[in-house]
Amino acid sequence: MKVAYWPGCVSRGFTPELHGSMARVAPLLDIELVELNRANCTGCGVIAEHNQELADTLNARTFAFAQQVDGAELMMNICSTCQGAQSECQERLDSSAEYRAQVNQTLAPEGLSYEKGLTNKNFLWLLVEEIGLDALRAKVRRPLTNLRVGPFYGCYIVRPRKRLGIDAERPRDHYLEQLIEALGGTVIEYAGMRKCCGFPIVTMNKEASLKQAGRHLGDAVDAEADCLVTPCPLCHLNLDLQQPSAEKVVARELRMPILHLPQLVGLALGLQPKELGLNRHVVRPTSVIDWSASVVGAAA
Amino acid sequence: MAETHRPPEQFTLRVRRYNPESGEAPYWDEHTIELEPHRSVLEGILQAKARFDGSIGIRCSCRAAICGSCGVRINGEPGLACHTHLDAARASAKDGTIEIEPMGNMPVIKDLIVDMDAVHWKKIQRVTPWLLAKQPTPEREYVVAKDAMVDVTQTMACIQCGACVSDCLAMEVDPGFIGPAALAKAYRFVGDPRDDRQRERLVDLSEDPQGIFDCTHCFKCVDACPKDVNPMGQIMRLRRVAISDQHIVDANNGERHEAALTTLVRDYGLLHEAELVPRSYGGNSWFGKFHPAAGKELLSLLPTAVKAIAKGKIGIKQALLGHKLAGADLKAVQRIYQTVESRPERYELNLYISGEDE
Repeated sequence: MKVAYWPGCVSRGFTPELHGSMARVAPLLDIELVELNRANCTGCGVIAEHNQELADTLNARTFAFAQQVDGAELMMNICSTCQGAQSECQERLDSSAEYRAQVNQTLAPEGLSYEKGLTNKNFLWLLVEEIGLDALRAKVRRPLTNLRVGPFYGCYIVRPRKRLGIDAERPRDHYLEQLIEALGGTVIEYAGMRKCCGFPIVTMNKEASLKQAGRHLGDAVDAEADCLVTPCPLCHLNLDLQQPSAEKVVARELRMPILHLPQLVGLALGLQPKELGLNRHVVRPTSVIDWSASVVGAAA
Repeated sequence: MAETHRPPEQFTLRVRRYNPESGEAPYWDEHTIELEPHRSVLEGILQAKARFDGSIGIRCSCRAAICGSCGVRINGEPGLACHTHLDAARASAKDGTIEIEPMGNMPVIKDLIVDMDAVHWKKIQRVTPWLLAKQPTPEREYVVAKDAMVDVTQTMACIQCGACVSDCLAMEVDPGFIGPAALAKAYRFVGDPRDDRQRERLVDLSEDPQGIFDCTHCFKCVDACPKDVNPMGQIMRLRRVAISDQHIVDANNGERHEAALTTLVRDYGLLHEAELVPRSYGGNSWFGKFHPAAGKELLSLLPTAVKAIAKGKIGIKQALLGHKLAGADLKAVQRIYQTVESRPERYELNLYISGEDE
C-alpha cells in the first residue's frame, strides 16, 4: 500500500535509527512510503499551547500535502506525539467548516487546501488495522520466541480515547500487546505501560520527569522484561538517552533496552540488529540481549 | 422498539477493603449482588452493604452525578460510582468481576473513602478559589458582556469529585503539584472578566515549581473527568494567557521552553532539538547557550551527549546545525506565523462550547 509518510522531526534528528529502521521495514511489508519532506513540525502540542490557530494551520499544511499524494490511501506517522498533536488539530479542523475555511485562506498563497476527512494513522495502527496481524504473522521469518517485551505506548497515542477513536471495536490501547504476540514474543505487562515517560517536563522539572522514566523502567525490570518497545521517539529519549540519569534519580540500576516499534518488527521479519540501528542506542540491546539465542527461536 | 425493561442479573463486585486504624493490610472482598443491568455500581455497593456487610465504607449523597461524593476507581479507571452502569462496568472488567478501589493519589480513610481534605481541598484552597473583584464593586449586580463568561463555563462544570486528582501522573511522582482540579479552578477566576488579580494569580502559578509548568501533558485528567471539564486544556489556557498576554517569564523555564520551541519551528520549519535545551534554560536566542543557567545544564548533559555521539546516535553536524526545511517551504511556514500572529485577537475554537457544526 502507498502512504503519505510523515516521519516527524525527532526520528530524523536525535533518534535517526527510527526513521532508518522504518525505511528498512516498509518494503518487507509492501508499504510504499512517500515522504512528506516539505511538511513542517507538528508543534508537539507546545505550539497549540501557545496559539491553537497557529498549530492548526501548520498541521493543516501537512494534511494538505498528504492529500496531494497520488494514490496514497492514507497518511502515516511513526511518532505517538505527532499522532496526538495532529489528531488534536484535525479534530478542530474537521468540526467546523467556517474555521477550516479561515485556515485554508492562510494556506492559499501556497496553493494548498485541507479537505475534511484525512485518515492519519500511526504505524502501529496501520499494522493492525490495514496490514492485519494474520498477514504480519505470515511474514515473520524470525519469531521473537522467549523474548519478553514490555509495551510502552506514550500518552499521546492512548489519550484522550474519544479523539483517538479508541473503543471496544478498535482497542488501539492494546495493539502493542497484540503485535508482540503476533511476532512470537511474550507480552510483559507492568504498571507504567500506559503512563507518561516524563519527557514533556524534562526542562521544567527534571527530577519529576526522570522519576517518571525511572519508575516505569524499574517496574519493567521487576516484571522481568528483556526490553521495552515504544512507538514514540520522545519517550525513547527519556527512557533510553536519559536512562543513565534516570538511574541516578531512582537510585537503582536499570539497564533496560528500549526498541522503536519498526525495530522490533524488523527483527521478526529477519533484519539484522545492526541494519535496524540497534547498536546506536545508549542502552545497547545488542549487549543486553543474546539475540542469537532468544530471538532466533525454535520456529525460525 | 426501544428496550424498556431488563430483568435483574447477578453481578460480582470485588471491593478493596482497608482500615488504617486496624493495623492490618488492605485486602479484597467479593460479593454477588442482583440488580437490573442499567443500575449503577453505587447501587450495587449499597446492596452489598445492606445485605452482606454493613462495614463497607463508601461516601455518597445525590446518586445523580451532581454532588461528586462517590468518586472511586472502577476496573482501574476513575469515575463516579453512581454514574457507571453495572453492565458497562462488567464489560470493561478483566475477568467479569467488577473491581472497585478507592481513588489514587489520596490517603485512604476507610475502604472506598479517601481523604479529600488532605489533598484535593487543600490544593483547591491553594489557588484562592474566590473572586477578587475589581474595585469599586457596583452597588447592585455586576453586568458583564453576554459572551464574556462563556469562556469559563467549562471549568464551572466541575463537581469536585477528585477523579482527575486520582489519576494525575505528575502528582504520582510529585505530590506537591497543584494538580488538574485546582488549576482548572484557577482558570475559572483568571478567565473571569470581573476578577482584578489575573496577573498576580498567573505570576503565582507560573513561578511555583509545582504550578502550571509541572503538568506533564498526559491527558489522564481529560479522560478521567465525568463532566468534560478538560482540566489539562484549562492548564494550557493558563499557560497561554500567562505567556502570550501577560508576558510572564518564570523561573521554571516554562515561558522560555514554549518560546524556544515556537521560534525554532518558525526559523527551521522542523524542531532543532539541540537548540531547545539551552534556549529553555538560557533564553530564546542562539546566544541562550552562553547563559550560566544553560551552561550548568549543558554541562550536566555532557556525559549523555558524549555517549550518544560516541554510539553514532547523534551526529555532530546534526547536533550543531539541526535540520531545516528548504527555502520556499520555510518561507511558507513563516508566512503562516505572520498571518496568524498578527491577528488583533487570538482565535480559539472551543469545541465544548461550539460543538461540531457538521
